[in-house]
Amino acid sequence: MTDLLDDLLDNKGRARLTELIDEVTSTPARIAVLFPAVARAVGRGPADPDDPDGLVTPRVEDQARVALLRAAAQGWHTDDLVTEIGALYRHGDADEKRAVLRALDHLDVGDVALDLVGDALRGNDTRLIAAALGPYAARHLDTHNWRHGVLKCLFTGVPLAVVSGIAERGDAELARMVEGFADERRAAGRDVPADATWLLNQLTSKRPDLDVAPGTGNRS
Amino acid sequence: MRIFDPHIHMTSRTTDDYEAMYAAGVRAVTEPAFWLGQPRSGAASFYDYFDSLVGWERFRASQFGIRHHCTIALNPKEANDPRCAEVLDVLPRYLAKDGVVAVGEVGFDSMTDAEEKAFIRQLDLAGEHDLPVLVHTPHRDKVEGTRRTLELVAASGLPPERVLVDHLNEVTVDLVAESGCWLGFSIYPDTKMDEHRMVRILTDYGLDRMIVNSAADWGRSDPLKTAKTGQAMRDAGFSEDDVDRLLWRNPVAFYGQSGRLLLDPIDNAAVDQTATFEGNSVLRGQRPA
Repeated sequence: MTDLLDDLLDNKGRARLTELIDEVTSTPARIAVLFPAVARAVGRGPADPDDPDGLVTPRVEDQARVALLRAAAQGWHTDDLVTEIGALYRHGDADEKRAVLRALDHLDVGDVALDLVGDALRGNDTRLIAAALGPYAARHLDTHNWRHGVLKCLFTGVPLAVVSGIAERGDAELARMVEGFADERRAAGRDVPADATWLLNQLTSKRPDLDVAPGTGNRS
Repeated sequence: MRIFDPHIHMTSRTTDDYEAMYAAGVRAVTEPAFWLGQPRSGAASFYDYFDSLVGWERFRASQFGIRHHCTIALNPKEANDPRCAEVLDVLPRYLAKDGVVAVGEVGFDSMTDAEEKAFIRQLDLAGEHDLPVLVHTPHRDKVEGTRRTLELVAASGLPPERVLVDHLNEVTVDLVAESGCWLGFSIYPDTKMDEHRMVRILTDYGLDRMIVNSAADWGRSDPLKTAKTGQAMRDAGFSEDDVDRLLWRNPVAFYGQSGRLLLDPIDNAAVDQTATFEGNSVLRGQRPA
């Protein structure tokens, strides 16, 4: 359990999560039925009241599910872990899928779970898109799909603060795509989201005087 | 009048139905997993259906001020298809989810060995997951099907008060009343049971462990039959409290045994119908007028 999660839970939730972690540590396969039950067993709610969907800061139940999956992972060889991650995602509701995506950042599975990231990025659920573009995608997702993921954030109003690796992976082609998006918005008489302007500045360094952080809310 | 429809297949209904149900007092429903009207050809089709019951349909109902729960099972009819058998192994993943308030519908369709095997296995799953059970009784050979159902329930060791035996009528009500199980009645426009026959049964048997539902689905059915049964009760001299007990407190007591009801009221005026679930709004991209 992380310190952050520890602070978010009440005594009962903390004790219950410790029990669940012990259970999957001794019997990893139990995660199939304990993972869905985490929210009602341990607790649920935003970790940051200003981020109710947990786009930037994972919600309490997301963090608890990640802790549980990390514990189960200790008891598995990689092949079994990958199989179970796939099943948790396939049969998960949106909350469970989100937690699986968050957990990928902490699991040693290489790039074999990229199909889950691809699934999340094909949909339009902003909570899943946000969870899919963390450090795991920054490390493993191919450049074409990563760029399209960033662009999808701008289209769907997912704050770019959720995207890992912009400084390292952003390139001229992404800048071209964002510029095209901004042109299209202007042509339609619509506002250009502040995150798009911020990103263009990051990528082109045309205005190094502009020192703003990416947004943390949906403002498009 | 507040109504909990404890058995209705909303996946098959329109948004007009949701609006009419809300106007009639429906504030919560349970949607049992069942047949789609044509056979599924494999397990994956079930998983997509289960996903919609815990996802899209719950979201859609909430947009109309109605709390949506579901029950999950391999239904009796499709328990006979070997292509669907692996569903039984995956059910535990779904039975563990929030808003899943029972195992169901289980039971008999044609009373085959495969149906009995799946039924017994799912009664065991209910025990393992600490969930009540919703049992479908067959349309054909109903009395014998109900009798065998009650034998299997007794043999399972599940407490009878955690089992709801549904689609009863005048010829099966006695069997179930004696068993200690809950008694479910599906009120239909022209088959199974109508609201006036239902009121006669209530007059004879009282309101203990009695459950009334519309069982509305893709067939000819009426999602307002719960409300119409309430009106028929009033016309026959039952009190408002009796109606509330039958149409709200009884189903809440039965499914409440799961500990997973989601009954905090939705402020319908505050529902944002432009909200989206996985990108789909019930307004299909239109803004409300």
